[in-house]
Amino acid sequence: MANNQNARLERRKFFSDPILVSMIVILIVFLALFILYPLLMLLLDSVFTEGKVTLDVFRRVLSMQRFRKAFTNTLVLGFIVGLASTLIGLLFAYVEVYVKVRTKVLEKLFGVVSMLPVVSPPFVLSLSMIMLFGRSGLITRTLLHIYDADVYGLKGIAIVQTLTFFPVCYLMLKGLLKNIDPSLEEATRDMGATRWKVFTSVTLPLLLPGLGNAFLVTFIESVADFANPMMIGGSYDTLATTIYLQVTGSFDSTGAAAMSVVLLSLTVVLFLIQKYYLERKTAATLTGKASRERMLITDKSVTIPLTIFCTLVAAFVTLMYIMVPFGALFTLWGRNYSLSLKWFQYMFKTSGLIAFRDSIVLSLIAAPLTALLSMVIAYLVVKRKFKAKGFIEFVSMLAMAVPGTVLGIGYIRGYANGLFRTGVMQGLYGTGLILIIVFIVRSLPTGTRSGISALRQIDKSIEESAYDMGANSARVFTTVTLPLIKDSFFSGLVTSFVRSITAISAFILLVTPQYLLITCQINEQAEKGNYGVACAYATVLIVITYGMVLIMNGLIRIFGTSRGTGE
Amino acid sequence: MAKEKKGVRLEHISKIYQDPKTKKEFYAVKDTTLDIEPGTFVTLLGPSGCGKTTTLRMIAGFESPDEGEIYLGGEPINELTPNKRDTAMVFQSYALLPHYNVFDNVAYGLKIRKLPKSEIKQKVTDILRLVELEGMESRMTNQLSGGQQQRVALARALVLEPGVLLFDEPLSNLDAKLRVSMRTEIRKIQQKVGITAIYVTHDQSEAMSLSDKIIIMSKGKVEQIGTPREVYYRPSSRFVADFIGEANFLDAKVKEARGEKALIEVNGEEMEVNNYIGRKPGEEACLVLRPEAVLLADKGQLPCEVTLSTFMGAYQYYQVKAGEVTVQITDYNPVNKKIYETGEKAFLDFDTDGVYIL
Ligand SMILES: Nc1ncnc2c1ncn2[C@@H]1O[C@H](COP(=O)(O)OP(=O)(O)OP(=O)(O)O)[C@@H](O)[C@H]1O
Ligand SMILES: [Mg+2]
Repeated sequence: MANNQNARLERRKFFSDPILVSMIVILIVFLALFILYPLLMLLLDSVFTEGKVTLDVFRRVLSMQRFRKAFTNTLVLGFIVGLASTLIGLLFAYVEVYVKVRTKVLEKLFGVVSMLPVVSPPFVLSLSMIMLFGRSGLITRTLLHIYDADVYGLKGIAIVQTLTFFPVCYLMLKGLLKNIDPSLEEATRDMGATRWKVFTSVTLPLLLPGLGNAFLVTFIESVADFANPMMIGGSYDTLATTIYLQVTGSFDSTGAAAMSVVLLSLTVVLFLIQKYYLERKTAATLTGKASRERMLITDKSVTIPLTIFCTLVAAFVTLMYIMVPFGALFTLWGRNYSLSLKWFQYMFKTSGLIAFRDSIVLSLIAAPLTALLSMVIAYLVVKRKFKAKGFIEFVSMLAMAVPGTVLGIGYIRGYANGLFRTGVMQGLYGTGLILIIVFIVRSLPTGTRSGISALRQIDKSIEESAYDMGANSARVFTTVTLPLIKDSFFSGLVTSFVRSITAISAFILLVTPQYLLITCQINEQAEKGNYGVACAYATVLIVITYGMVLIMNGLIRIFGTSRGTGE
Repeated sequence: MAKEKKGVRLEHISKIYQDPKTKKEFYAVKDTTLDIEPGTFVTLLGPSGCGKTTTLRMIAGFESPDEGEIYLGGEPINELTPNKRDTAMVFQSYALLPHYNVFDNVAYGLKIRKLPKSEIKQKVTDILRLVELEGMESRMTNQLSGGQQQRVALARALVLEPGVLLFDEPLSNLDAKLRVSMRTEIRKIQQKVGITAIYVTHDQSEAMSLSDKIIIMSKGKVEQIGTPREVYYRPSSRFVADFIGEANFLDAKVKEARGEKALIEVNGEEMEVNNYIGRKPGEEACLVLRPEAVLLADKGQLPCEVTLSTFMGAYQYYQVKAGEVTVQITDYNPVNKKIYETGEKAFLDFDTDGVYIL
C-alpha cells in the first residue's frame, strides 16, 4: 500500500523542528561515543592482534587458571547472593504487605532499610563487616576473644552483598505483592486451603516471574560489583577484581579487554533475559490494582517468627551503618576504644579537603546534566516517533548492564590514545571532563527509567494540546513535560549525584593523580589497614548523601507536583 | 471576532494503519473527499472505529495522510506540523495543563504568539466572559467541575481565533443533562463567533441539534453529507437510514421508474413511492418506513398481524408482521383511536408520498 506519502510527510514535519533534530543528533553521538564505542573497542582489542583477526587473546585468557577460577567464583557468588537477597527481600515484602505488625520500631527499621540502597556508598558494609568480625573485630576479638577470625573470602562478600542488595528486592517485591488482588487469596482460603497452601498455590505462582526478575537483578548487581570483593574478598577473586588486577598489576590491558568482553557478555545476556522476558511476564501476571484492603494476618504463629527475623536483619544492617562513624571516632579499632577526633583531623590534614572538593564538584556538574539528559531521553522515547528511537532507548538501557569495571577498561582502551588510537580527542583522557562523562553514563539508565515511567502516566493529549496551540517541541518539553515530571527530575538529580559521589568501579581505573575522589581514598586507606581514616571519609560521605536526600525531599515538598498531575 | 473564517477541503484522503496484532495493514480512512464551507458547523458522525478521530487528527496535523491532500482556506497544509496549522482542537479529555491555572491555560497559545501582556489579558478576560467563567482566572484546573473544565478547553481554543475549530467528542465525559446544555452553549458561541467548526461525535442527537451539515461515515468512508433534515428524510443508503433514527425495511421490487417516483411491488401490493436515489426497473430495493410515519388502521396499504402491543405512556408501541418482516410502529396519538391487541389483523397505513425506497 502507498505508505510513502505518510513517511515523507512525517519526515518533513520532523525536520521542520530543528531543536528536536539537533537534540536527537547530539544524543546519538553522545551514546555512540561514550557507551557503544568503548565497548566496541574492547571487542576489537580482544579479536585483533597485530592487525589480524585471531582468537589468540581469548585463548590466552581462557587458559589462565586465575581467570577460570574467577569466572566460577563470580557465578557462584552471584547465584548465592541472588538467591539470598530474593528470599530475604520476599520475607520483608511479605511482612510489610501481609502481616499485621505495626510496631513503631519495626516501621522505622523498614524505612531505614528501604532508604539504604539510595544513600549508601557500596563498600560501607564491607568496611563495618571487617570492623565487626575481622581479626581485630569488635564482636570476634573484643567480645568473643577469637583471635584468628576470618571474614574474608566468599562468605564475607556473600553476606555483605546480600545485605547491600536485598533492599532492592524488597522494594520490587513489595510493589508486586500490593498488586495481588486479595480476593484471589480469600477465595482459595474460603475453599478450605491453609495459609501455607494459599501462599504456595496462589501468591507464589503469581509472584514467580517477579521473583525471577528480582533474582536476576541482584545477580547482575553482584556480578558487576567491584568494591566489596576488592575490600573483603581476600583471595576470592571475581571477574571484576581480576580485570582490575590484570590492568593495575600485570599491565596486560588486552587481556583485561578480553576478560571484560566475557564479563560484559554475561551481564548483557542476563540483562536481556531480565528486561525482555521476565519484566514483561511480571507485568502480564500482575496487572491492575488490588480492589480493596487486604485482611492482615494476625495469627501469632506466623507473625512472631517473621517479625523477629525481619527485626533482626534490619537491626543488624542498621548496626553496621552505625559502626562507621564509631570506626572513625575510636582512637584505635580493636585496641583502644576511647573517643577522639584524630582520624578526622588526619583526614583533613592530608588529602581530605581536596578529595571532597573534587568529588562534590564533579558530581554537582554531572547530576543536573544527567537528570536533564535522562528526562529528554524519556520524553523522546515515550512521546515521539522517529527512526533512531529504538537505538536511543536500547543503548541508554544497555548502559545499565555494563559493569563499571568493564566501562573503565573500555575508556582506557578507547580514549588513552585518542579515538581509534589516532590521537583524535586524546586531550580528553585524564581530564575531569571524562570523569563527568562517566558519571553521566553510569547514572543515565536509572534516571531514564524513572522518567519513562513518570511520562507514561501523563495523558498524551496534554502535550498534544500544547503542540496544537502553537508550541514547538522544545517549548512543549520545557513548559509542559518537564513541569509535569518535576518529581522524577528532582529525584533523578539527587540519585545521580549520590550515585556519582559514591561510585568507584569505573573511576578507580580512570582517575589520575590530578583528581582525588572520596571513594578511591576510602578504598586506598582500607587497603592500607587505616580503618579509622577510611571510616572518617565514609562518615562524611554518608552525611553528604543523606543530606542530599533530605534536600530532595524538601524540594519535592516545596515545588512538588501535588497540584493535580496525579489525577 | 475571528479574523478570517476558513474552509477545509479534503481531497482523496486515506490513512493506513497497521493492526498491532496481525500486522496487517488496513484503511482507517479511505479515499475521503470533503468540502467544508467557511463558518459552518459540521459534524462527523458514525459508529465507533469508523475513522472520525483519525480524520480530525489528520486535519489537526497529528497524523499524516497516506494519500491525498488537505487544504485549509485554500492552502495545502499536508507538510505543516500541528503548531504551524491554523487549527485549534478541543480534546475529549480536555487536556488542560494541570500545572497552570485557568488564566495561564487560556493565555498559553497567546504567549507563544508573543502578544503584548496587556493584549493577552484583555483577550483572555473577554473570552472567559464569553464562556461564562469570569472570576475563575486563578483557579487551578482540578478545582473546576467537568463542565467548567470543558469551557476552559473551549476558551483556550477560541482565544487563538483559529481558522477552524476541531472537537473530538468534547462532551462524552459529562453527564447526560450537562451534555445537553453544553451542546446548546457550544452552538451559541460558534454562531456568535462565526467560526468554522468540525465536530466529532457518535451521538446522533448531538449531531442533529448542532450541525449545519452532518457527514456520516462508516468503515473509513463517507456515506452521506447533508443537512440534518436531508440525512433523516432522504438518506442515501440503508446504512444511513438505519444509523440515523429507527427504520423498518421491507423488501420491494421496482416495476417502473418515473423521475423521482417509482412504482414498486411490496408483499404483493403495488404502490407509487419516492425514488430519490434513482432505482431502475427490475431492481431489488427496500421500502423504508420510519416507526413514527406509519399507523395501524383497519384500512391501509399493507396487511399485517399484530405480534406485540405495549402502552408506553407517550405512545403505543406495536410490533407487527408484514409478510416475513417484523415492523415496529410508534403511535403517538393513541388516545381517541382503536388500540390493536396482539393477534389482531390490521393494515399498515402510511402516506405513499412521504416514503421512499433505497
Ligand atoms: N495508532 C493507531 N494504530 C493502529 N490502528 C489505529 C490507530 N489509531 C486508530 N486505529 C484504528 O483505526 C480505526 C479508526 O479509528 P478512530 O479512532 O478514527 O475511530 P473513531 O471513529 O474515532 O471511533 P470512536 O467513536 O470509537 O472514537 C479503528 O479501527 C482503530 O482501531
Ligand atoms: Mg474517536
